[in-house]
Amino acid sequence: MNIRSLSLALIFATFLGSTAAIASSTTEAAIAADPVAEKRLQHLSEELRCLVCQNQNIADSNAELAQDLRREIRGMIQAGKSDKEIIDFMVARYGDFVLYRPPVKGITLLLWGGPVALLLLGLFVLLRYLRRRAMRMADDRPLSAAEAGRADALLREGDTK
Amino acid sequence: MNRYYWILGGFAALVALLAIGLGLNPRDVPSPLVGKSAPAFDLTILATPDKTLGPKDMQGKVWLLNVWSSWCVSCRAEHPVLVDFSKKTDVPLIGLNYKEVRGDGGFDMSKMSAEDEKKLAFQRANTWLTQHGDPYKLTVMDLDGRVGIDYGVYGVPETYVIDKAGIIRMKHTGPLSPDVLGNKIMPLLAELNK
Repeated sequence: MNIRSLSLALIFATFLGSTAAIASSTTEAAIAADPVAEKRLQHLSEELRCLVCQNQNIADSNAELAQDLRREIRGMIQAGKSDKEIIDFMVARYGDFVLYRPPVKGITLLLWGGPVALLLLGLFVLLRYLRRRAMRMADDRPLSAAEAGRADALLREGDTK
Repeated sequence: MNRYYWILGGFAALVALLAIGLGLNPRDVPSPLVGKSAPAFDLTILATPDKTLGPKDMQGKVWLLNVWSSWCVSCRAEHPVLVDFSKKTDVPLIGLNYKEVRGDGGFDMSKMSAEDEKKLAFQRANTWLTQHGDPYKLTVMDLDGRVGIDYGVYGVPETYVIDKAGIIRMKHTGPLSPDVLGNKIMPLLAELNK
């Protein structure tokens, strides 16, 4: 097997492996009979961060805690709790960090405002650069007859040496 | 030339920012429970399985709640620090055994009855404490981790400092080091016990 087909096979295998993992985590969720409740569970657990893996939400994560929290959410849905009550339950225990969409407040201002501030800064720098360049180009007017004559003389002088 | 200073300065700022970021502990998530009442529970006591204990039984005392499990490797590292602590002070240290059996990962829980799980959990917890020493005034058993969720437990071991009014005053995630215990927890306990 050459290196090209080997790497292709590896990529293919990785892809298959990851889809299998997704399939297994969703079959667990599909056990409960009520499709509406399952949809809410799926939606809610996509909004919540798994604190063990930190970069996965609790829908994707197979960590023990994520499983427990999915079970907890399912229980609350069956108990008739609203989405907001369930989210508040999680925030009361794990803090804003559990939310993939943190609320806008003092401490998260940089997080939310940062990209906008950077964009504005970039625009400002770009505009300033363009304006300066325009000014520089405006200075580049063609040579007057006298200047052209002098340049010619200098060039000719260079040639004779 | 001026412009290169800008670029260099920007780069240096970025490196500084990343260096600070690397120095932070990503597991150290501030707990929203600090300053709030310790969530209520009523769990079976390891030594006396016919009795239960909850935060309300500890009212009027400054106490520590330490979440542990026999399968938790960091707990083993932390344990001598706790044993040492229990010898030095009379501040009650309550153990919360977290998912002793189902947290282990080595058991097929669908094949185990609740009764068997309970029996095994008590047996494993007792063995562990006999082997490594028992720093706890009492240990209560959170078999399914439900109380752990109320306390926002996401990585064992975790330790909570709870005051006389039942308010959580501090939470430490991860193993306690002699440094954290001596320089943060002991002064806090002294202040709360004044």
